[in-house]
Parts: sequence; C-alpha cells; structure tokens
Amino acid sequence: MCGIVGLFLKKEDLRPRLGEMLTDMLITMTDRGPDSAGIAIYGDEAGGLKMTVQSETPETAFAGLDTALEAALGARVTVKVIDTHAVLTLPEGTEAAARAFMAEKGLRVMGAGAAMEIFKETGLPKDVAARFGIRSMGGSHGIGHTRMATESAVTTLGAHPFSTGDDQCLVHNGSLSNHNQMRRILTEKGFAPLTQNDTEVAACYISSRLAEGANLGEALEGTLEDLDGFFTFVVGTKNGFGVVRDPIACKPAVMAETDDYVAFGSEYRALANLPGIDTARVWEPEPATVYFWER
Amino acid sequence: MQTIDMATAPLREVNTALQAQAAQTNQTQWVIENPRGAHAIAVGLDAPIEVTVKGSTGYYCAGMNKQATVHVTGSAGPGVAENMMSGTVIIDGDASQYAGATGHGGLLVIKGNASSRCGISMKGIDIVVHGNIGHMSAFMAQSGNLVVLGDAGDALGDSLYEARLFVRGSVKSLGSDCIEKEMRPEHLEILKDLLERAGADAKPEEFKRYGSARTLYNFHVDHAGAY
Repeated sequence: MCGIVGLFLKKEDLRPRLGEMLTDMLITMTDRGPDSAGIAIYGDEAGGLKMTVQSETPETAFAGLDTALEAALGARVTVKVIDTHAVLTLPEGTEAAARAFMAEKGLRVMGAGAAMEIFKETGLPKDVAARFGIRSMGGSHGIGHTRMATESAVTTLGAHPFSTGDDQCLVHNGSLSNHNQMRRILTEKGFAPLTQNDTEVAACYISSRLAEGANLGEALEGTLEDLDGFFTFVVGTKNGFGVVRDPIACKPAVMAETDDYVAFGSEYRALANLPGIDTARVWEPEPATVYFWER
Repeated sequence: MQTIDMATAPLREVNTALQAQAAQTNQTQWVIENPRGAHAIAVGLDAPIEVTVKGSTGYYCAGMNKQATVHVTGSAGPGVAENMMSGTVIIDGDASQYAGATGHGGLLVIKGNASSRCGISMKGIDIVVHGNIGHMSAFMAQSGNLVVLGDAGDALGDSLYEARLFVRGSVKSLGSDCIEKEMRPEHLEILKDLLERAGADAKPEEFKRYGSARTLYNFHVDHAGAY
C-alpha cells in the first residue's frame, strides 16, 4: 500500500492555506502508509535556487553551514534550519558546486529548484508534518506521500517524494518490476538514481524525458510504454501537476476539481474535508490515461 | 427514522446498531450522515431494513449484505456490496473497482459508472450499471446477470462461467472464452425485469448478450440445470 495526496491551486487566494490542507489530507492517509511521510511544496520563489538538504545530525551538520558554504561558493547564501532539514537559498549557477559541497560534508540533497522544497522522514505522517511545520506553509501546489515500504528499506532516502531534477518531484503507489533494467538505461543517459528504490527510477525516467524536450504529458505517457509494474504516479513540476495510472490500475486513485483547485487522493477520505468538495467534479482517473495541468 | 451521524459516532457503533436489527424490527429506516469516505459502512447486515448513506463511502460499503436495502447518495469506493447474499444496494454516483465482487444474490444498482473488475467472480448477484464499466469486468463470473447501459472496457467476461452479460453500448474487447450470444425471449424477460427494478430507462431489445463459449472449463450440458 501507500497513500498519495496532491493539491494544485488554480487561484491565488487559497495559497496561504496550501500546507494546512495538504497536512490534513496526508494525516488521513496514515493507515495506508505509517512508515514514512513526505511533502514537496511549491512555495514562493526566492529569486535564486532553493536547495533542501537533510542530515541525521542537524545540530552539528548545520552549525556554521552558512559561512562554510559562502566560502566554498564565493557567494551569499541563506540557511533556514527546520528540524533535520535545511532550506538553503543560493545564487543561480551555483547548484553543481553546492551539490559537490553537500556530498563532501555528508549532507543529503532532498531536492532543489526555484520554488520547490521537500521534507521527508521516517515516522507517522502527523509527526513528520509537525516536525517540519508543513501546516503553516503556503504555496501554489504540493504533493504528499505516506509510505508502506515494499521494495526498499524504511529510511529517509527511501521516503517519497523523489526529486531528480530542479523543481521536479514524483510520488508512487505500487511497485515496478523492470526498475533494474531501467536503472542501467538511465545511468547510461546520465540520470543515475542514487538509491536502490524503484520509485526513484521512475522519477529519473521523468527527469530524463523532460530534459530531452518532452512536455509533462509526453513524459507521463512514456511511463506507460517504458515502465513495467504497478503504479499510480503523481508528479509535480514548477508550473505543473500530473497523474498517471498503469493499465491494470489496481492502485486506487480519486480526483476532484473545482474552480479553485485540482486535488488527488488515494481515497476519497483524503478529499472529504476540502472546501467545496460536495459540489466538486469527483472522478476516478482512468487506467493508462495521462492527466496534467499547467499554469 | 433512526439517524446516526458519523461525524460523532465511530464506525463500529454504526455497524453494531445496524447489525443488531432482527427480522421483526420496528426500526426499519436508518440514515447515516457524514460518511466522508469511511470504510466498511453498513457491512454484514441481516434484516429487512432500509439504510440511506448520505454522501460517499470508502472500501467495502454494504459488504456481505443480506436482506437490507442500502442506498448511497454519493459514490462508493472499491468493493461495494462485495459478497452480497441478498437485498438491494443502490449507488447514486460512481463505484470504484470490483463492485459486487463474488456476490451470491441480491441486486446492485450503480447509477453512474463502475470502474474495473465490476462483478468479478460473481456467483448469482444481479448488477445493473446505468453508465459504463471498466476493464476485466465479470472476470470468472459464475452466475447471475450483469447489465450495462453504457459501454464495457477491455476483456469483458474473461474466463467466464455461466453468468449472463448484457451490454447496450460498445464492448472494447471480449476476454478469453467470452462470446456474443443470441438474445432469446427468456433473456428479454430477465432484462425487462432487471431494468424495471433498477429504475433504468432502456429497452431490452437495445442490448446484446454475451456469455461463455464453454471451452475453458469442464462444462457438460447435462449439468446446465445446476447453474
């Protein structure tokens, strides 16, 4: 099992409530995935690159991180520590150097982008959401996941969402059966997954297709051809939000759309408290059919 | 009329109250408010009561139903009326996958669409879907009737036994050993009765009948009466 929630706002006025709505949806999906939880949230752009990093020893790892990183990059940075994660703001053009710095210091990069921040940890969804203060975060869209692990260990890096490209994230309910073969193909293309997790392979696949010039819809369409196994994927990009289910469609999915938002839930329960849900268009996404929205 | 509000009453309280009703109960009308997609609402009922669930339900609503009429005014999650024995279940909206799975009897009416695996392994239940059904519906269906006013998805009736399938719209593809069959007068009678009971505005003559080619299982025509 696993639980997925997602929310893509169409209007500005709900932006301050994004974190609150996503947190409630995520907690509702706890019994689908109590191992770990994570959220990718597309917030305000900081006028540079936001990089979310994680450490198991944040007290020591994040102490003096700003000055050390400024020295390494030769540029001003800001560091905002939130529990085991820190959101760094870096000047554009410094991502590669910053990633090298993090690798050297043993800090894990959860994701990077102009708007996206990622927070994920092992533990119950309510605890993970509280540790990072997700409830008070605003933004334009966000995707959350509650994990019941099947294909790899219960660790921070095995939690979803996976981000394998700037402002890109993917969550998954299911299991892939050709991920080892795809991992080799993607590694040759320069999109090597960092973990042994099957979902990260799907994230790398989407990133590789987007890098090759596909739009979000085409990249999602490609998963139906190239990935084998069970999947419901929900994908975020800087401006977009997409959903695709495999042709067998065992993994549940419900969507709702109003004038204000598009919402995704593994079950209707996750959507039941959204504003205007009683008059929303609610439907089950069709098997092997791509749905995506871009602003 | 008895009303239970699931905003305050836990699921177990709801089901305990409904399951406690005996055949001679005076409390025949029940309303469940605020289901909010909860799982296993009104399961295991065994009394001639009428339960209206005001809203949408999660997994396995009205599972194992006997005698009762359960009416969901919203949509139903996976496995609605699974293994129903008798009674009636009506869904005003859509039903998710494997609606009516393994049902032995009774009538399941879905006024919207049903998704994949509708009526999988049905064993005597009657299912009437006003809209469309998804892929692999009536897989290994053994007996009963599946009536679809809209279209059917891929692999309808794969590995079918003796259930009768009636589809008014198109069938994307037939599964293994499922074929179109002649519509005889007795089938039109069955259809007329089911459409009437399901409140469906359609004529029996508009449907095509599909059934088993009987090449995949050990069927002998001398045993036809057993089905």
